[in-house]
Amino acid sequence: MIFVTVGAQMAFDRLIRTVDEWAGSHDGTDVFAQIGPSNYHPRFIRVTKFIDPPDFRKTVEASNLIVAHAGMGSIITALELGKPIIVMPRRGDLRETRNDHQVATANYLVKGARVVVALDEEMLLRKLDRMDSLAATERIGTSASPELIGKLREFIEHRTESAFEPH
Amino acid sequence: MLIGPGRNRPKLMAVSSGGGHWVQLLRLAPAFADCEVIYVGVDRSYASQVPQNKFCAIHDATRWNKFGLLRLALNVAWVMWREKPDVVVSTGAAPGYLALRIGKLAGAKTIWVDSIANVEVLSMSGARIGRYADLWLTQWPHLARPEGPHYAGAVL
Repeated sequence: MIFVTVGAQMAFDRLIRTVDEWAGSHDGTDVFAQIGPSNYHPRFIRVTKFIDPPDFRKTVEASNLIVAHAGMGSIITALELGKPIIVMPRRGDLRETRNDHQVATANYLVKGARVVVALDEEMLLRKLDRMDSLAATERIGTSASPELIGKLREFIEHRTESAFEPH
Repeated sequence: MLIGPGRNRPKLMAVSSGGGHWVQLLRLAPAFADCEVIYVGVDRSYASQVPQNKFCAIHDATRWNKFGLLRLALNVAWVMWREKPDVVVSTGAAPGYLALRIGKLAGAKTIWVDSIANVEVLSMSGARIGRYADLWLTQWPHLARPEGPHYAGAVL
Protein backbone atom coordinates (compact mmCIF):
# COMPACT_ATOMS: atom_id res chain seq x y z
CA MET A 1 0.00 0.00 0.00
CA ILE A 2 1.05 3.57 -0.72
CA PHE A 3 0.04 5.99 2.04
CA VAL A 4 -0.34 9.62 1.06
CA THR A 5 -0.54 12.21 3.84
CA VAL A 6 -0.78 16.00 3.96
CA GLY A 7 -1.24 16.68 7.69
CA ALA A 8 -4.27 18.12 9.45
CA GLN A 9 -3.83 21.85 9.04
CA MET A 10 -4.43 22.62 5.39
CA ALA A 11 -5.47 20.82 2.22
CA PHE A 12 -2.81 20.03 -0.39
CA ASP A 13 -4.88 19.10 -3.43
CA ARG A 14 -1.99 19.49 -5.86
CA LEU A 15 -0.34 16.48 -4.25
CA ILE A 16 -3.54 14.44 -3.95
CA ARG A 17 -4.59 15.13 -7.56
CA THR A 18 -1.18 14.10 -8.88
CA VAL A 19 -1.17 10.82 -6.99
CA ASP A 20 -4.81 10.16 -7.92
CA GLU A 21 -4.08 10.60 -11.62
CA TRP A 22 -1.01 8.41 -11.34
CA ALA A 23 -3.06 5.71 -9.59
CA GLY A 24 -5.63 5.89 -12.43
CA SER A 25 -3.03 4.65 -14.87
CA HIS A 26 -1.59 2.06 -12.48
CA ASP A 27 -4.33 -0.50 -11.88
CA GLY A 28 -3.98 -2.64 -8.84
CA THR A 29 -1.86 -0.23 -6.85
CA ASP A 30 -3.53 0.25 -3.48
CA VAL A 31 -3.36 3.90 -2.46
CA PHE A 32 -4.79 5.40 0.72
CA ALA A 33 -4.68 9.15 1.25
CA GLN A 34 -5.21 11.46 4.21
CA ILE A 35 -6.28 14.66 2.49
CA GLY A 36 -6.87 17.15 5.35
CA PRO A 37 -9.61 19.81 5.21
CA SER A 38 -10.21 19.37 1.48
CA ASN A 39 -13.26 18.94 -0.74
CA TYR A 40 -11.32 17.26 -3.49
CA HIS A 41 -12.85 13.93 -4.54
CA PRO A 42 -10.23 11.56 -5.88
CA ARG A 43 -11.41 8.96 -8.40
CA PHE A 44 -8.90 6.17 -7.97
CA ILE A 45 -7.71 6.21 -4.37
CA ARG A 46 -9.25 5.70 -0.93
CA VAL A 47 -9.29 8.77 1.28
CA THR A 48 -9.89 10.04 4.78
CA LYS A 49 -9.71 13.66 5.87
CA PHE A 50 -8.02 13.22 9.23
CA ILE A 51 -6.23 10.51 11.12
CA ASP A 52 -5.08 10.68 14.74
CA PRO A 53 -1.41 10.10 15.66
CA PRO A 54 -1.71 6.49 16.90
CA ASP A 55 -3.62 5.47 13.74
CA PHE A 56 -1.26 7.50 11.61
CA ARG A 57 1.65 5.50 12.95
CA LYS A 58 -0.14 2.19 12.37
CA THR A 59 -0.96 3.19 8.79
CA VAL A 60 2.66 4.13 8.08
CA GLU A 61 3.73 0.80 9.58
CA ALA A 62 1.35 -1.05 7.23
CA SER A 63 2.57 0.79 4.11
CA ASN A 64 5.37 0.12 1.63
CA LEU A 65 5.80 3.72 0.57
CA ILE A 66 4.87 7.11 2.05
CA VAL A 67 4.11 10.10 -0.14
CA ALA A 68 3.76 13.28 1.90
CA HIS A 69 4.00 17.03 2.17
CA ALA A 70 7.36 18.05 3.64
CA GLY A 71 6.00 17.99 7.19
CA MET A 72 8.28 16.75 9.95
CA GLY A 73 5.61 14.53 11.47
CA SER A 74 5.35 12.52 8.26
CA ILE A 75 9.09 12.49 7.63
CA ILE A 76 10.18 11.49 11.14
CA THR A 77 7.50 8.81 11.46
CA ALA A 78 8.54 7.27 8.12
CA LEU A 79 12.20 7.28 9.16
CA GLU A 80 11.40 5.79 12.57
CA LEU A 81 9.51 2.95 10.91
CA GLY A 82 12.04 2.45 8.12
CA LYS A 83 9.67 3.32 5.28
CA PRO A 84 10.79 4.98 2.07
CA ILE A 85 9.25 8.44 1.74
CA ILE A 86 8.78 10.84 -1.15
CA VAL A 87 7.97 14.40 -0.12
CA MET A 88 6.62 17.24 -2.21
CA PRO A 89 6.94 20.57 -0.35
CA ARG A 90 3.98 22.91 -0.08
CA ARG A 91 4.54 26.24 -1.80
CA GLY A 92 3.83 29.57 -0.14
CA ASP A 93 3.17 31.33 -3.46
CA LEU A 94 0.33 28.88 -4.19
CA ARG A 95 -1.10 29.49 -0.69
CA GLU A 96 -0.51 25.87 0.25
CA THR A 97 1.08 26.95 3.50
CA ARG A 98 1.57 30.19 5.38
CA ASN A 99 5.21 30.44 4.43
CA ASP A 100 7.75 28.68 2.27
CA HIS A 101 9.46 26.72 5.02
CA GLN A 102 8.66 23.33 3.47
CA VAL A 103 10.79 24.06 0.43
CA ALA A 104 13.74 24.88 2.71
CA THR A 105 13.07 21.83 4.89
CA ALA A 106 12.98 19.60 1.81
CA ASN A 107 16.16 21.10 0.39
CA TYR A 108 18.04 20.44 3.62
CA LEU A 109 16.64 16.97 4.16
CA VAL A 110 17.51 15.82 0.67
CA LYS A 111 21.15 16.22 1.70
CA GLY A 112 20.63 13.52 4.30
CA ALA A 113 19.61 11.31 1.35
CA ARG A 114 17.04 9.40 3.36
CA VAL A 115 14.18 11.43 1.96
CA VAL A 116 13.29 11.58 -1.72
CA VAL A 117 12.22 15.09 -2.68
CA ALA A 118 9.93 15.93 -5.59
CA LEU A 119 9.79 19.67 -6.06
CA ASP A 120 6.81 19.60 -8.43
CA GLU A 121 4.11 17.32 -9.86
CA GLU A 122 6.16 16.18 -12.82
CA MET A 123 9.03 15.13 -10.58
CA LEU A 124 6.60 13.35 -8.30
CA LEU A 125 5.23 11.31 -11.22
CA ARG A 126 8.75 10.33 -12.22
CA LYS A 127 9.58 9.27 -8.64
CA LEU A 128 6.34 7.27 -8.41
CA ASP A 129 7.15 5.47 -11.67
CA ARG A 130 10.42 4.38 -10.16
CA MET A 131 9.03 3.53 -6.74
CA ASP A 132 10.26 -0.06 -6.96
CA SER A 133 13.80 1.21 -6.58
CA LEU A 134 12.89 2.75 -3.21
CA ALA A 135 13.69 0.04 -0.72
CA ALA A 136 12.75 0.00 2.93
CA THR A 137 15.49 1.61 4.97
CA GLU A 138 16.97 0.92 8.36
CA ARG A 139 14.79 2.31 11.11
CA ILE A 140 16.28 5.26 12.89
CA GLY A 141 16.17 5.21 16.70
CA THR A 142 13.30 6.90 18.50
CA SER A 143 15.49 9.32 20.42
CA ALA A 144 16.91 12.74 19.57
CA SER A 145 20.69 13.03 19.11
CA PRO A 146 22.82 12.15 22.17
CA GLU A 147 24.08 15.74 22.20
CA LEU A 148 20.57 17.17 22.49
CA ILE A 149 19.44 14.62 25.08
CA GLY A 150 22.61 15.31 27.07
CA LYS A 151 22.09 19.07 27.00
CA LEU A 152 18.48 18.76 28.14
CA ARG A 153 19.37 16.33 30.92
CA GLU A 154 22.16 18.57 32.12
CA PHE A 155 19.85 21.58 32.23
CA ILE A 156 17.10 19.69 34.00
CA GLU A 157 19.53 18.21 36.53
CA HIS A 158 21.53 21.35 37.11
CA ARG A 159 18.52 23.42 37.98
CA THR A 160 17.40 20.85 40.49
CA GLU A 161 20.75 19.68 41.73
CA SER A 162 21.06 21.86 44.83
CA ALA A 163 17.69 20.69 46.10
CA PHE A 164 19.19 17.24 46.54
CA GLU A 165 22.14 18.51 48.57
CA PRO A 166 22.05 17.99 52.32
CA HIS A 167 21.48 21.18 54.28
CA MET B 1 13.75 26.36 45.96
CA LEU B 2 14.52 24.36 42.87
CA ILE B 3 11.88 21.69 42.99
CA GLY B 4 8.40 21.93 44.33
CA PRO B 5 7.69 21.07 47.99
CA GLY B 6 7.28 17.41 48.80
CA ARG B 7 8.90 16.27 45.57
CA ASN B 8 11.95 14.07 45.32
CA ARG B 9 12.30 14.48 41.58
CA PRO B 10 11.49 17.38 39.29
CA LYS B 11 8.09 17.62 37.71
CA LEU B 12 8.35 18.35 34.00
CA MET B 13 5.59 19.45 31.68
CA ALA B 14 6.15 18.69 27.98
CA VAL B 15 3.83 20.67 25.72
CA SER B 16 3.33 21.01 21.98
CA SER B 17 0.79 21.35 19.21
CA GLY B 18 0.12 18.42 16.88
CA GLY B 19 1.83 16.81 13.92
CA GLY B 20 5.56 17.37 13.63
CA HIS B 21 5.84 19.33 16.86
CA TRP B 22 4.45 16.41 18.83
CA VAL B 23 6.58 13.82 17.00
CA GLN B 24 9.67 15.87 17.83
CA LEU B 25 8.61 16.31 21.47
CA LEU B 26 8.37 12.53 21.89
CA ARG B 27 11.95 12.16 20.63
CA LEU B 28 13.13 14.27 23.59
CA ALA B 29 11.60 11.83 26.10
CA PRO B 30 14.86 10.06 27.11
CA ALA B 31 16.02 13.39 28.55
CA PHE B 32 13.09 13.33 30.98
CA ALA B 33 13.91 9.92 32.45
CA ASP B 34 14.55 11.27 35.94
CA CYS B 35 11.46 13.46 36.03
CA GLU B 36 7.81 13.04 36.76
CA VAL B 37 6.46 13.94 33.31
CA ILE B 38 3.11 15.39 32.30
CA TYR B 39 2.48 15.55 28.57
CA VAL B 40 0.14 18.21 27.25
CA GLY B 41 -1.13 17.66 23.71
CA VAL B 42 -3.91 18.85 21.46
CA ASP B 43 -6.01 15.69 21.21
CA ARG B 44 -7.15 12.98 23.62
CA SER B 45 -5.85 10.30 21.24
CA TYR B 46 -2.25 11.37 21.91
CA ALA B 47 -2.45 9.84 25.39
CA SER B 48 -1.94 6.33 24.01
CA GLN B 49 1.54 7.35 22.80
CA VAL B 50 2.70 8.19 26.31
CA PRO B 51 1.08 5.35 28.27
CA GLN B 52 3.55 5.58 31.17
CA ASN B 53 2.84 9.24 31.80
CA LYS B 54 0.09 11.57 32.80
CA PHE B 55 -1.51 13.30 29.80
CA CYS B 56 -3.71 16.40 29.49
CA ALA B 57 -5.51 17.45 26.32
CA ILE B 58 -5.93 21.11 25.43
CA HIS B 59 -7.61 22.89 22.51
CA ASP B 60 -5.04 23.99 19.96
CA ALA B 61 -5.15 27.39 18.28
CA THR B 62 -2.98 29.41 15.95
CA ARG B 63 -2.00 33.03 16.20
CA TRP B 64 -4.61 33.81 13.54
CA ASN B 65 -7.47 32.94 15.86
CA LYS B 66 -7.78 35.36 18.76
CA PHE B 67 -10.66 33.62 20.51
CA GLY B 68 -8.91 30.27 20.15
CA LEU B 69 -5.72 31.70 21.58
CA LEU B 70 -7.56 33.07 24.60
CA ARG B 71 -9.20 29.71 25.24
CA LEU B 72 -5.83 28.00 24.80
CA ALA B 73 -4.19 30.41 27.27
CA LEU B 74 -6.88 29.67 29.84
CA ASN B 75 -6.47 25.92 29.23
CA VAL B 76 -2.71 26.18 29.70
CA ALA B 77 -3.02 28.38 32.79
CA TRP B 78 -5.41 25.90 34.36
CA VAL B 79 -3.12 22.93 33.71
CA MET B 80 -0.14 24.92 34.97
CA TRP B 81 -1.91 25.92 38.17
CA ARG B 82 -3.03 22.34 38.79
CA GLU B 83 0.33 20.68 38.08
CA LYS B 84 2.85 23.36 39.17
CA PRO B 85 5.75 21.89 37.16
CA ASP B 86 9.38 22.69 37.93
CA VAL B 87 10.32 22.60 34.23
CA VAL B 88 8.29 23.36 31.10
CA VAL B 89 9.61 22.16 27.73
CA SER B 90 8.19 22.69 24.24
CA THR B 91 8.94 22.17 20.55
CA GLY B 92 6.18 24.65 19.50
CA ALA B 93 4.00 26.22 18.49
CA ALA B 94 1.26 28.37 20.10
CA PRO B 95 0.55 25.96 23.00
CA GLY B 96 4.26 25.77 23.78
CA TYR B 97 4.75 29.51 23.56
CA LEU B 98 1.90 30.13 26.00
CA ALA B 99 3.06 27.32 28.29
CA LEU B 100 6.55 28.80 28.56
CA ARG B 101 5.20 32.31 29.22
CA ILE B 102 2.71 31.14 31.84
CA GLY B 103 5.13 28.58 33.30
CA LYS B 104 7.78 31.26 33.67
CA LEU B 105 5.34 33.48 35.57
CA ALA B 106 4.61 30.53 37.83
CA GLY B 107 8.31 30.09 38.59
CA ALA B 108 9.16 27.13 36.36
CA LYS B 109 12.39 26.84 34.39
CA THR B 110 11.63 26.84 30.67
CA ILE B 111 13.09 25.06 27.64
CA TRP B 112 12.32 25.82 24.00
CA VAL B 113 13.56 23.51 21.24
CA ASP B 114 12.65 25.18 17.96
CA SER B 115 11.28 22.79 15.34
CA ILE B 116 13.76 21.22 12.92
CA ALA B 117 11.38 22.34 10.15
CA ASN B 118 12.60 25.91 10.67
CA VAL B 119 15.72 25.70 8.56
CA GLU B 120 16.09 29.27 7.32
CA VAL B 121 14.61 31.32 10.15
CA LEU B 122 13.29 30.52 13.59
CA SER B 123 9.56 30.01 13.90
CA MET B 124 7.57 33.11 14.85
CA SER B 125 6.94 31.75 18.34
CA GLY B 126 10.52 30.46 18.55
CA ALA B 127 11.93 33.92 17.86
CA ARG B 128 9.63 35.65 20.33
CA ILE B 129 10.11 33.16 23.16
CA GLY B 130 13.81 33.93 23.60
CA ARG B 131 13.47 36.21 26.62
CA TYR B 132 11.29 33.69 28.39
CA ALA B 133 13.25 30.52 27.66
CA ASP B 134 15.92 29.62 30.21
CA LEU B 135 17.27 27.17 27.66
CA TRP B 136 16.62 28.42 24.12
CA LEU B 137 17.65 26.04 21.35
CA THR B 138 17.55 25.84 17.56
CA GLN B 139 18.20 22.55 15.78
CA TRP B 140 20.32 24.18 13.08
CA PRO B 141 23.91 25.33 13.78
CA HIS B 142 23.66 28.18 11.27
CA LEU B 143 20.71 29.72 13.17
CA ALA B 144 22.56 29.76 16.51
CA ARG B 145 23.68 33.13 17.93
CA PRO B 146 25.93 33.92 20.93
CA GLU B 147 22.98 35.53 22.74
CA GLY B 148 20.72 32.63 21.76
CA PRO B 149 19.19 30.57 20.44
CA HIS B 150 21.95 28.02 20.93
CA TYR B 151 22.60 24.84 19.05
CA ALA B 152 23.03 21.55 20.93
CA GLY B 153 22.08 18.81 18.50
CA ALA B 154 18.79 17.93 16.87
CA VAL B 155 15.90 15.48 17.12
CA LEU B 156 17.35 13.56 14.16
